[in-house]
Amino acid sequence: SSYEHKLNFKKSKETCLSYIQDAMLQKQWKRAAEFLTFYVESLEKDYSREHVGPSEVIWRIGTEVLCHHSHSSMKEFNCFMEQMKTLGVKRYLKICLEHVFHLLCNGQIDEAYQNLSLAESWRYGEQTAIQNKEMKLIQAYRGLLDYYSWSKQKNILLEHGLDGFADLSVEQEMHSCFRKAAVNLKEIIKIPGVWDLFVKCYVDLLEFYGDHNEAHQVLNEYAYNSRFPANPNAHVYLYQFLKRQGESKKSLISALKILHDIVPSHELMIDFNTMLQKSKKRKKRRLGLEVIFAVLDYVGWKENVKAWSCLARQVKQIVISEKHLDWIKEEWNCRKDWWPPFHFSRYLAKRNWQENKSLSYEKALVAGILLGKDCKYFKYVSHQGCKAQVKRFRMLKKFVNRHNPVYLRISG
Amino acid sequence: RDFNERCAQCSEVNWGLTDGGRYYCRSCHNVTERTTEVVNTDFMTNSRVQTISKGSRKQEKTGGDCEWYVCEGFQLVLKKQAEALEALGVCPQMKDEILCNFWRCYLQKSKQAYCNRPAGETIKALSVCESSTDVDSEPDRPSVLHLLSLSESEGDLQTDCSFASSMSKVSESTSVYSGSVDGSLYLMKNQKEKLRMTMPMTLSFCYMALLWLREPITLSELLRFVVEGHIPYLNVFQHFPEKMKLCGLDLKIFCVESWPVYEEVHNKMLELAAFLDLPHFPDITDSCFLHPDMLCIKYLMEANLPDELHNWTCRVVKKIGIGEVDFLTLVPGNNSTRKVKYDILAAAVIVVVLKLLFLLDDHYEWLLSDFAEERNKNNKEGGQYFEFKKWYEVVKRSLDVEQKKLDEERAKYVWRCKKPLFYSVKNKSKVLKRRQMVVNLQNQFGKLSGPVQRPEKPNPSSFQLSWSEENTDGNCFHGHSLKGILQEKCGLLTAMNPDYWLCTVKLCNEKLCGHLAHYREVDFPQSYHFVLRLFSFLLRIQPSYIHDEVCMIEHKLFHKKLSKKLKYNTVLRK
Repeated sequence: SSYEHKLNFKKSKETCLSYIQDAMLQKQWKRAAEFLTFYVESLEKDYSREHVGPSEVIWRIGTEVLCHHSHSSMKEFNCFMEQMKTLGVKRYLKICLEHVFHLLCNGQIDEAYQNLSLAESWRYGEQTAIQNKEMKLIQAYRGLLDYYSWSKQKNILLEHGLDGFADLSVEQEMHSCFRKAAVNLKEIIKIPGVWDLFVKCYVDLLEFYGDHNEAHQVLNEYAYNSRFPANPNAHVYLYQFLKRQGESKKSLISALKILHDIVPSHELMIDFNTMLQKSKKRKKRRLGLEVIFAVLDYVGWKENVKAWSCLARQVKQIVISEKHLDWIKEEWNCRKDWWPPFHFSRYLAKRNWQENKSLSYEKALVAGILLGKDCKYFKYVSHQGCKAQVKRFRMLKKFVNRHNPVYLRISG
Repeated sequence: RDFNERCAQCSEVNWGLTDGGRYYCRSCHNVTERTTEVVNTDFMTNSRVQTISKGSRKQEKTGGDCEWYVCEGFQLVLKKQAEALEALGVCPQMKDEILCNFWRCYLQKSKQAYCNRPAGETIKALSVCESSTDVDSEPDRPSVLHLLSLSESEGDLQTDCSFASSMSKVSESTSVYSGSVDGSLYLMKNQKEKLRMTMPMTLSFCYMALLWLREPITLSELLRFVVEGHIPYLNVFQHFPEKMKLCGLDLKIFCVESWPVYEEVHNKMLELAAFLDLPHFPDITDSCFLHPDMLCIKYLMEANLPDELHNWTCRVVKKIGIGEVDFLTLVPGNNSTRKVKYDILAAAVIVVVLKLLFLLDDHYEWLLSDFAEERNKNNKEGGQYFEFKKWYEVVKRSLDVEQKKLDEERAKYVWRCKKPLFYSVKNKSKVLKRRQMVVNLQNQFGKLSGPVQRPEKPNPSSFQLSWSEENTDGNCFHGHSLKGILQEKCGLLTAMNPDYWLCTVKLCNEKLCGHLAHYREVDFPQSYHFVLRLFSFLLRIQPSYIHDEVCMIEHKLFHKKLSKKLKYNTVLRK
């Protein structure tokens, strides 16, 4: 409470705003609406010197309240947005864009499209140039919706095509959608930024119409142009594209390199490791080992059988060949302090055995090599496995016992 | 200037010149047939030409609009305020005689020539105000922006940006835009000479009239009624007749965007009284409502304090002589005496009495309360002994609730009204559109506000807090006894509390730093702060003003001791 007994318009509205904010933070939408009702008259006063004026405040707060209030409807929301658009020329396109987002979230695709088209045709003196960015976004989203239409029509055609119905008008419309979409999507992805969805759609279009070169170029730009922010998805898209195109392993491997650097725990690392392991080049195999060890540093992969089997296979192969044990030593050096309790505790041995025999098998192999036959994990699992008379565990035991000296060399 | 004939109507020699070159009498508005035929260059360059400037507004005015002067606007405002006060129970004399006469006197003294006619008639053009504008001389024309920045009204309306830019397009030959004839001149005048009229000053007028009649409304109450909407002030222009178009610079004059401030209204009232050369005001005697003895009764009731405290307030009042007629009655122009703020004074007396009896040092009052509680437990029959602790809890609870309500009211205060304001015709459509949007949004979100709608403005009430003895929950302390804290010495009842602490050892020079003392909450006991807070809420003023009066009273009360600089028996604190 305040002991101020003076009050003027500005202070009164500031106080009102703080009540609105409190109500919103506590999700009391009725109360927020109530105070907002008293706040709106600040529109009648000039705040041009303020950083954030009442029209912006009302737009943002009003949007929140209408989104969350139980009695509000899309119709009311739309009506509100239309009013907000008339309030501030400087914000017009931004409001249009956000309105479109809301419509899309509520499944009103057609209305969203209409709004985008309308916004695209808006011109207002020098404001048009100033709000260039928003305009580009509007065009981009319209392109996206065009893609969406194209996609629907494509599916219709594919279905009917099987039945033998060739609907010419649908086909023509589909192509027209393609042209509209392609133009806008191509434009937006030129600007440095994160445009995952737009890129995917554009590439989809290009592939459908057979322009693989362009698609490849687009993906390359997106992944490798340094002006664009580092984006793991860019590399994933490129990789998937190359795979679809049946590119060589060499290309595929090079596409995943940067992904490994920025997201070592990515699920494609399994594929990556698999390709690298099989490579004839020593460097690549070395990288493969690095990759798979890195993957298992992450909690999310702890119980992944595939990952462990990759590691186990590679480690086994190295041990048998007796070449490049130093690779294992290098990788193990920084992990030997924390991997044992992280992966190879007795508790985990028990649990893995109970829950997933395959997992325990793979892990036991790795443990046996890295920590020796006397380590808790290997001992427990192999004992259990042999007790259960499962063949592979007996083989495992023999293998590890035979190669125990390796452990000594690794750990030493 | 060469024209020295007496006016046919009023016999005055007071001539001006119309646009058409005719002479007219400034006292009674009689236009003659005499025209200036000889162009005397001396006349044109050396003297000020009085003109009724109609400008190009002729084209803009539709039939039915009238010319009106700023002082007419204020006259209307005062009339409305007087009517509202009458509706609240003030005697009709206030409106019909006192306020009227004050206003006329003001118009005369401020040389805004005045036609004597009852308020409320269709406004006709009055004689012009003095001006130094010569329509043809451009260097004299003030720039619009200069005028806008001149206004010192507390409203401080920010100009619509488009207004400023559109104004620059106004041609030089028209006067600066306002609905009133002299709006621009009004803002330009040198205020210091003539005590220019402002909206807060209308309240000063009202208060002055109320004081003259010794009506039972204090200034703090008056201002509270204004804020609560019972007295027209905010958006009072709604009551102007259709013909009086309000726009442009009029807005700076008549539109208010802040609550009236006690100090400002009070000071202006004093200035006004001196300016009007008013005589000695009617005596404030001990049967008047404004006398501290009477006001103390009211405030003691409202503060839920025992009636018995009234004896004490009367004793203090008597001892320091603040109940004397000479002390209380306003003598305008006499700058040597400190002017009395009756409401703050009474509240301060109560605070001092509480300090005398309870010390209020955050220890002693609770001790006394514990004793009283014991006695109340053991003594079931007979009256209740006053327990400070209980009182504090009850009053604090109510105060917190009311304060919270007040805070929400401040946030929900509606400043604009249905009648839209615009600076210029160019502005009009934009303003109307905005208003429409505001109304739409209010409807839209109002529906979402839930069932709790804003209640109608509360009935005007003299009491903000009320306590009833009929309530069985024992929350009313009026009848409680002070027995536990008093003792008898030499036939006189005195407080058991032997100590007293002064709020300040030395008073500041009010003229230099605006206050007698400087109040900071952290420097004083919390009980003291609570008591100040309570009266601060009731009077709607800063605690520091009450603190000032407390200091003043204490210094009068302990004058002897202070001047002798005896330090025992008083616990001194800064």
